[in-house]
Amino acid sequence: MALTAWERVRISRGQDRPTSLFYIENLFENFLELHGDRTFRDDQAIVGGVAMFEGRPVTVIGEQKGRSTKENVARNFGMPNPEGYRKALRLMQQAEKFKRPIICFVDTAGAFCGMEAEERGQGEAIARNLMEMAGFKVPVLSILIGEGGSGGALALAVANEVWMLENSTYSVLSPEGFASILWKNSKRASEAAEVMKMTALELREMGIVDKIVRERELLTEETSGEVMNKLKYGLRRFLKECDKKTPQQLVDERYARFRKF
Amino acid sequence: MLNGMFKKTNYVAIAGDLLKKKETTENASKTLEEKILQEEDNEEKPTVPEGMFVKCKKCRSVIYTKDLKDNLYICPKCGVYHRIAAYDRIQMIMDEDSFEEWDTSMDTKNPLDYPGYPEKIELLREETGLNEGVVTGKGTIFGEEAVAAVMDARFMMASMGLVVGEKITRAVEKATKLQLPVIIFTCSGGARMQEGMISLMQMAKTSAAIKRHGEAGLPYFTVLTDPTTGGVTASFAMLGDVILAEPEALIGFAGQRVIEQTIGQKLPKGFQRAEFALKHGLIDAIVERSDLKQVLFNLILTHRPYKPEVNEAGE
Repeated sequence: MALTAWERVRISRGQDRPTSLFYIENLFENFLELHGDRTFRDDQAIVGGVAMFEGRPVTVIGEQKGRSTKENVARNFGMPNPEGYRKALRLMQQAEKFKRPIICFVDTAGAFCGMEAEERGQGEAIARNLMEMAGFKVPVLSILIGEGGSGGALALAVANEVWMLENSTYSVLSPEGFASILWKNSKRASEAAEVMKMTALELREMGIVDKIVRERELLTEETSGEVMNKLKYGLRRFLKECDKKTPQQLVDERYARFRKF
Repeated sequence: MLNGMFKKTNYVAIAGDLLKKKETTENASKTLEEKILQEEDNEEKPTVPEGMFVKCKKCRSVIYTKDLKDNLYICPKCGVYHRIAAYDRIQMIMDEDSFEEWDTSMDTKNPLDYPGYPEKIELLREETGLNEGVVTGKGTIFGEEAVAAVMDARFMMASMGLVVGEKITRAVEKATKLQLPVIIFTCSGGARMQEGMISLMQMAKTSAAIKRHGEAGLPYFTVLTDPTTGGVTASFAMLGDVILAEPEALIGFAGQRVIEQTIGQKLPKGFQRAEFALKHGLIDAIVERSDLKQVLFNLILTHRPYKPEVNEAGE
């Protein structure tokens, strides 16, 4: 029985769904978290650092939701502020310097809509990531693992390949927001989810996503074995293919990937 | 000096065109006799044509439309800036008859099969005379060539769908090829909801094109006008080498209502206005409308590499 879009939205937001750090810890070795944007503060809604994947150095970055209420408060429920995106950019530029592939895990309801976020230039922070990511000469891979909320998700997803876990979502804004703006009624969110084409299958068809990782049962840390194996296998294939490409080819392919829309 | 230059400008009378269209449809249902009688009536009675006066959005004064136009769409009574149609803006900035428009007939798609969307686009095309939410092309500013994109809020708040993103991307790519500066006048409600994820992808596409333009050593300037929000702020609007804004323009990422709901408090006066953005270091300068052409000209001059003159001896 196929799930409805709204059911997938609810699953993607599930409290027990594995978060970025869980994937980072299970897919990579020698992970060292690196903090701060060097300008303002360390935004815990985004985590990142250096790690090894099967003997090769990589940079990993992820939007991080909390696994408890307390952690969620510290991590602002996974909604980054500008300094989070600037930390991510700093780590990506470091990856570019040391020629490490960049792997991003996307999981956010959206960039934080707060007063200070505006004062510090939320729009500029996202825009700069989009522009700089377009120019990196190293491979960039983005994996949507839960919620992919608008510009806040895209700011980590200008990649050579974009993958989605089957029950993750990716949308121009939340179904609640869509229903509220277009139908003046946020209670029609479930209806909105069906028309927004925000599921992995619909987005694969539109070419917005390159690969879907199947979820055969309700995904939790305990049941994540199969998904983790598929990700590992896919990562190996992706990195191997990128090895055969010149840096300019990687840039050109990424440009073409987004140019087609 | 600058004021004198603008007075010669011929403005496009969009309201007048609309009026004509309305008359034609009304007349179609009448017999010839009635038409003649009506025309005679019209000649006898002095009528006030629609669009002759406008009400200021701030001080509510009734202004003669022509006076507002002559004053660069700044209220002569209270000084508040009114929004400008794209072609009016082009006439204000570009040298007379220098503007060559590009991509005038691109078609909007309906990726979500959203009911009523194509019809709405058609209606707006008819009403505004625009093909979409942005006008792009090439012109000169006091003789200096530049590529320009001007967004027009009358077209679905100039939200960014496929056509807006594509026209801007093509304009930037063409500028890279022609080795020209790019100037974008932004004004947008953000993403075009009706196009879903295709709309979001335009943010990445336009930003990537600007990256290439910049790598070619070419300057990119943005002028943020009221309102510049959402996905446009979070892409090409904030990527200018120099970012200018018009006084009091609303500039922000998130909508004010959304922020108030998120933080559970009222926002202070002046929040997300150009003056606020300047104070917080988000933009380079606020420029009066009457000075914009001169400032843009200065920017073009100062962003060009200096080439020392070489004499015959090669020294």
